[in-house]
Amino acid sequence: MRFKKTRRGVEAKLDPVEAEVLAQCATELLDLLGSAEEPSGDPLAALVGLPPGEVVKPSDPALARLFPDAYGGDDEASADFRRYTESDLRAGKRAAASDALVQLQPLLAGGGKLVLDRDDADSWLGWLNDIRLVLGTRLDVREDDDELEPEDQLAVVYSWLGWLQESLLSCLDPRSA
Amino acid sequence: MTAPAELDLPDLDQDVTPDRPWITIVWNDPINLMSYVTFVLMELFGYSREKAHALMLDVHEKGRAVVSNGTREQMEHDVARLHARGLWATVAQD
Repeated sequence: MRFKKTRRGVEAKLDPVEAEVLAQCATELLDLLGSAEEPSGDPLAALVGLPPGEVVKPSDPALARLFPDAYGGDDEASADFRRYTESDLRAGKRAAASDALVQLQPLLAGGGKLVLDRDDADSWLGWLNDIRLVLGTRLDVREDDDELEPEDQLAVVYSWLGWLQESLLSCLDPRSA
Repeated sequence: MTAPAELDLPDLDQDVTPDRPWITIVWNDPINLMSYVTFVLMELFGYSREKAHALMLDVHEKGRAVVSNGTREQMEHDVARLHARGLWATVAQD
């Protein structure tokens, strides 16, 4: 599997195993993002447009990496920032992984061609990076060229995702916001 | 990128004066691909490939780089966008 540039975006041929691994990754990311530590905003407050209540820093290191403190050494300012941003960030990350899962569904049985337009490709770049952050944190990756155990399945998937993300990046030119 | 060795986080408690500009700092981390960091800096800030690449190298080699400056609100907006893209970024006063 390698991404190739097309007129409308990118495409890649997937075998069923590749599709399955990617679907598992997207599912793992969705599970993590939807876990119990989800910001528990007051639904009534949200309804009338009041700011949400306090959102604490995630205790799971992978979630903490996805939603880092915005202020080094200022917990109060970080908590304030979290209150106003984390729920939207979570929703954006969830949407990207969830869309990917839908796109992978038809390829699970026999593989096939994954066709992504430019917007989808952008969204794939995002969720591939998010799952790499999660796996890299779990693997405790510490530096460039870190020697990962080749027999560790998680490490193999992590390396493969990096290669895949690099192949996607090589097809895309950044679009300014 | 390289190991997130012992990083000196900016000391925000000291000497905060309102007229000093606010900055957005991107910190080195061992997971994000160098090409991805460059891509995100080009995408979010409209920087040329050369400038984004130079900033990425600063992050990689010096452990951090200032990628934008402005009002506190603007910097929080930038940090939120960087977090959305998975970069490790913080707001600080210069």
